[in-house]
Amino acid sequence: MSKMQLITKGFVKDNPTFVLLLGMCPTLATTTSAINGLSMGLATLFVLVLSNMAISLVAKVTPDKVHIPVYIVVIATFVTVLQLLMQAFTPAIYSALGVFIPLIVVNCIILGRAEAFASKHNVIDSALDGIGVGLGFVVSLTVIGIVREILGSGSVFGWKFITGDGILAFIMAPGAFLVLGYLMVLFNKYLAKK
Amino acid sequence: MAAKSNLTNMALVLSATCLICAAILGCVYAVTAAPIAETNANIQKAAIAAVLPEGVEVSEAVPIKVGGEDSEYYVGTKDGAPVAYAVKSTTSGFGGALTLMVGLTPDGKVYNTSVLSHTETPGLGAKCTSDPAFTAQWKGFDTGSKILSVKKDGGDVDAITASTITSRAYTLAVKNAYEAVKGLAK
Repeated sequence: MSKMQLITKGFVKDNPTFVLLLGMCPTLATTTSAINGLSMGLATLFVLVLSNMAISLVAKVTPDKVHIPVYIVVIATFVTVLQLLMQAFTPAIYSALGVFIPLIVVNCIILGRAEAFASKHNVIDSALDGIGVGLGFVVSLTVIGIVREILGSGSVFGWKFITGDGILAFIMAPGAFLVLGYLMVLFNKYLAKK
Repeated sequence: MAAKSNLTNMALVLSATCLICAAILGCVYAVTAAPIAETNANIQKAAIAAVLPEGVEVSEAVPIKVGGEDSEYYVGTKDGAPVAYAVKSTTSGFGGALTLMVGLTPDGKVYNTSVLSHTETPGLGAKCTSDPAFTAQWKGFDTGSKILSVKKDGGDVDAITASTITSRAYTLAVKNAYEAVKGLAK
């Protein structure tokens, strides 16, 4: 697989949200607005790239029976680093995402890529894989966030184009499922055509 | 692929991983501790400034019981006389703790309110920080002539659309703050 393919496959073929259906918990919970979805995507991207790189380095010396605990410790470390950095420098985003920052540790995209890719490939390929899948996650979350914000609040990235409230249900959990479901339909329709 | 497991290398690798990770975390914590403390202090300072009249001197934190819980308040003084109190008040909202900074004047009026931290639903309860229809009513809210509870419960507070629980929690926080400093003014 070429280097370019490693980066682009996360957008369409191996899109974590619409094709692999991984990381559904943060996807449904944090996409209440475009900016929240984007921030969550970027936070996950950061952890994914670093943990992929670190894990590809330690995979060879890690005994088989303890590889999951080792990976989890590595991932948890990067998440905590991210949490501290966000708390210090971007407090507004930190408080908007709340509990979902620490929960990146258990995001199955990250452990999934570690197991399926990083543990079997070299550092550079693993980093590219992290960037590709991470960007796919960023784009998916931002798109869901934009749709939910337009329908639910009548605004895009905080810029309001109607007065008053939108359709409140789209900000709540049912709206998350509806938007995700319909976007998945469109996505698969597009894939089937190709 | 991964090395074959035996007790020695499992213990070694796990210990080494934890040791390195702990060292990294220690370093990052040391670097970010000061900015985090500064950010939190700024948030608190901005909240106090927002709920007190302009140009007052703010005292150090004074411990007080608000709604039966340990909390603190700040006295805003002008020319040596206290003109307003900023009270930190925590209640439980729809999604968890809702912490407000409530500014009160000695004549029983709410000067202003500000949200320190909350975990309300984005787009619904979280509007308690931004919806002008809700936040503006607190400015100059007179506890003498108006009742501190939401309209649904027979009071004079306009609740946020579809967020009665958050509105109730917010109102209760203001009420607790008012009850706590009521005695101080005299």
